[in-house]
Amino acid sequence: MSQPIPEIVYPSPRQIMIRRTLTHKGFLIGAIMLLLISAAALLAPVLSPYDPYNQDLSRRMINPVWHENGSWEHPLGTDNLGRDYLSRLMYGARISLLLGGCAMLISGVIGTSLGIAAGYFGGRVDMVVGFLITARLSMPVVLVALAVVALIGSSLNVIIWVLGLLIWDRFAVVMRASTQQLREMDYVNAAKAIGCSTLRVLVSEILPNVFNNLIVVATLEIAHAILLEAALSFLGMGVQPPLPSWGLMVAEGKEFMLFSPWVIFIPGTVLSLLVLAINLMGDGIRDITAPEGRS
Amino acid sequence: MTTLLNIRALYVNISLSAGMLHAVRDVSFHVERGETLCLVGESGCGKSLTALAVMDILPSRSVRWAEQITLEGQDLQNLKDRHMSDLRGSRMAMIFQEPMTSLNPCYTIGNQLEETLRRHRSASRREARDRAVFLLEKVGITAAGTRLKQYPHQLSGGLRQRVMIAMSLMCGPALIIADEPTTALDVTIQAQILSLLSSLQKEFGMGMIFITHDLGIVARIATRVAVMYCGMVVETGVVGEIFHSPLHPYTQGLLACLPVPGKTRPGEHLGSIPGMVPTPIGDFSGCMFRNRCSHAMEECCHESIELYRVSVERAYRCLLSKETCLANHMTQKD
Amino acid sequence: MKHQLIHIRELTKTYRISTGLFRGKHDLRAVNGVTLEVEQGTVFGLVGESGCGKTTLSKLLLGLEQRTGGEILFNNRPTESIPRRDLARHIQPVFQDPYSSLNPRKSVASIISLPLKVHRVGTMVDWSRRVQEIMDVVGLPPRLANSYPGQLSGGQRQRVAVARALIMHPDVVVCDEPTSALDVSVQSQILNMLMDLRSELGLTYILISHNLSVVEHMASRVAVMYLGRIVEEAPTATLFRSPHHPYTRALLDSVLTPEPEKGLPENHLGIAYPDPIDPPPGCTFHPRCPCAQDVCRKIPPCPVNIGNHMVECHFPLNNSTPKYN
Repeated sequence: MSQPIPEIVYPSPRQIMIRRTLTHKGFLIGAIMLLLISAAALLAPVLSPYDPYNQDLSRRMINPVWHENGSWEHPLGTDNLGRDYLSRLMYGARISLLLGGCAMLISGVIGTSLGIAAGYFGGRVDMVVGFLITARLSMPVVLVALAVVALIGSSLNVIIWVLGLLIWDRFAVVMRASTQQLREMDYVNAAKAIGCSTLRVLVSEILPNVFNNLIVVATLEIAHAILLEAALSFLGMGVQPPLPSWGLMVAEGKEFMLFSPWVIFIPGTVLSLLVLAINLMGDGIRDITAPEGRS
Repeated sequence: MTTLLNIRALYVNISLSAGMLHAVRDVSFHVERGETLCLVGESGCGKSLTALAVMDILPSRSVRWAEQITLEGQDLQNLKDRHMSDLRGSRMAMIFQEPMTSLNPCYTIGNQLEETLRRHRSASRREARDRAVFLLEKVGITAAGTRLKQYPHQLSGGLRQRVMIAMSLMCGPALIIADEPTTALDVTIQAQILSLLSSLQKEFGMGMIFITHDLGIVARIATRVAVMYCGMVVETGVVGEIFHSPLHPYTQGLLACLPVPGKTRPGEHLGSIPGMVPTPIGDFSGCMFRNRCSHAMEECCHESIELYRVSVERAYRCLLSKETCLANHMTQKD
Repeated sequence: MKHQLIHIRELTKTYRISTGLFRGKHDLRAVNGVTLEVEQGTVFGLVGESGCGKTTLSKLLLGLEQRTGGEILFNNRPTESIPRRDLARHIQPVFQDPYSSLNPRKSVASIISLPLKVHRVGTMVDWSRRVQEIMDVVGLPPRLANSYPGQLSGGQRQRVAVARALIMHPDVVVCDEPTSALDVSVQSQILNMLMDLRSELGLTYILISHNLSVVEHMASRVAVMYLGRIVEEAPTATLFRSPHHPYTRALLDSVLTPEPEKGLPENHLGIAYPDPIDPPPGCTFHPRCPCAQDVCRKIPPCPVNIGNHMVECHFPLNNSTPKYN
């Protein structure tokens, strides 16, 4: 009889996230940059023109293509041992990404468990975790890393574990704060009243709702780990030659800085671009996964 | 004696990603000195936005326009921002629902009270303080001198709301707009605050717009009532008429939903309005209540329904005749 | 023979709160010796204002908090002896805020079927069938099963909360202000649904609310709480017709019914708000009581039973008809 009034259909959370993703400029730019760098890293064996470890002393310090002496044979030139820069850069991306990812995973697991436990249980657990966080924050990360590496010796594994065990503090702090906010929510009480075990409440009710904060911190910590590794390698206490870490490439190029500035300029730029891309993505993820306000 | 506040054909639109939200449409009412007009409706009916529109403190991305908005004869629409902010607080004041967010937790009560007066009247510190003490005592707060030095978090909800009332009275406004001021309070405190507002209104001769969703409050405090639904005023009238002979099917439905101790039979079904309030986004025509109305007709979809004036203060927005509406109400009561 | 499903005896819950850096810890008696019985198949109303302890009492009943003293018996078994999972099958909550009682990251079907998963009832096929059944019972259209809470209205969310509570067929449902956050027209829909479900499924409700009109409509027996104690308890009609405790009288006087002729009530309670950490000596209500005497300030009153009407006052009111009547 009467024409019904059209009902507004609210979009599901997935649809909201997709719509936000496609319109968020920062996220898209960061994602594309990261995709390119990751593709280069992944396909390095296929794409790189030369073997990065192949030294050819007859071809030392060739200028990159934009200088007068440069050629497309070595688009980014060669270093002081005659190794092709472009190839080194691509393999270096693998090291940075691998290191960043693994360190983030280790620190993420440690920090998230501590943070959620502290936020959910409060009381003594909170005190203990708070103490651990304070102790960790009072340590100068780079110096401790240097000391450990000096004692144990440096290899990729050692660097990954040292960084992973040192940068978990931001995870813990953010997860603790997020969990405290959620602890009093009625759906947590309802889950407890249904008879859920504590572990189930944490994994099934709390974790999905702190996940967006977790992802944001994770992206920031990848960038953090990459920069730390570069710093350590620059100081000679990180990845050891001949592995093509970007930080190491900057260190090796230090001596030739005045005459061939591109030797540091190139790895420095790529490092900045990678960190920029990750940070843009992190900001983007924060905006995309932000919870909707009340309708 | 001019009308205190006159609003004619007020519209507020808010642009959302889903479309244009017609939050307030063709709202007209007037308030006289010494009387209380209650704007009543459920969530999403636009009553709070109407108040914000009168005060011109709408959220961003909203647009308001009206045929007329006049306060004490002065047109408010074309005022410069500076003049409008002069009026706000001194000629018309607003009391909000949540006193904790309306009071700045960083400043003492005395500081906030005095600042209101000094901003508008360039009074001295001593004058401002005296007026603050006077008003705190008027709102029933003893030991006013000590209270002036306290911070908002040191007071209970009821006391904070009394401070809010005192703050709104600092400059002796002609119009008070109260937006759900007692919703967050306990039932016994609510009764006290309402009595306080009522007696202050009588003493200072202000006009008051009281916004609420609670029909019980409306019955006890209103002189006149405007019922809102989906951004429009669907019925206006003197409070007795609205409650004893409501005309619009929505008003009738609302009144049937309420459990009244002593009147509704315990354990029996309460009256209800089926369905949900629609959101007025985008284009539409006809009556927005038709999909929940048991008397809906074919014409309700197509025509835009005007506010039909039955008498000076009585109007309703429905195609049914007054006699039909009253007859429906009688059958509903049985 | 009426079966008393729940017995609560002298239940106490005390929190230790530190009130400042140098002021040490104080005891906050949220629930201070509550005794009551809930009969099977009835609606028991619990009213009180903020700070009276009714929410803490509901958490104690649901097993979300541990009691400090006293006992709770369910079907004559102390609740400590019942494993938490089994207790959950007997007593379930419906909370006040429909926006925070549902996990925003889970679909409606996932939320409603959580009890089935936790208690490992049936197979996955059974779950979706049972979810559809209960959604039908509470009046939710089947297409909403894959929606998320953010897409639903307040009334719909509250129906989801009721569905979750009822899917395991509990005996008791603790409704903590189930309709306070809803619009009036939605409120009556939800209340009607709750009443129907109670008679269809033989449920027992504990209805906690500050809205006395709703309690009067739904409950058969009402208890009034003040600062952690029950100050009056009686069948609904008796309590509302002739309250004996001055606080009950003041509460009932403050009820604003939609009757314009009646004007505004005066309740003479003063503005002194009690501090639960530092309650007044003697009868905790005496600073706000219009008929307080000397003895009220010194000695706490004992509960007095007049038939099935309990009141805790040194000078209970007689022939006291509230103004709204």
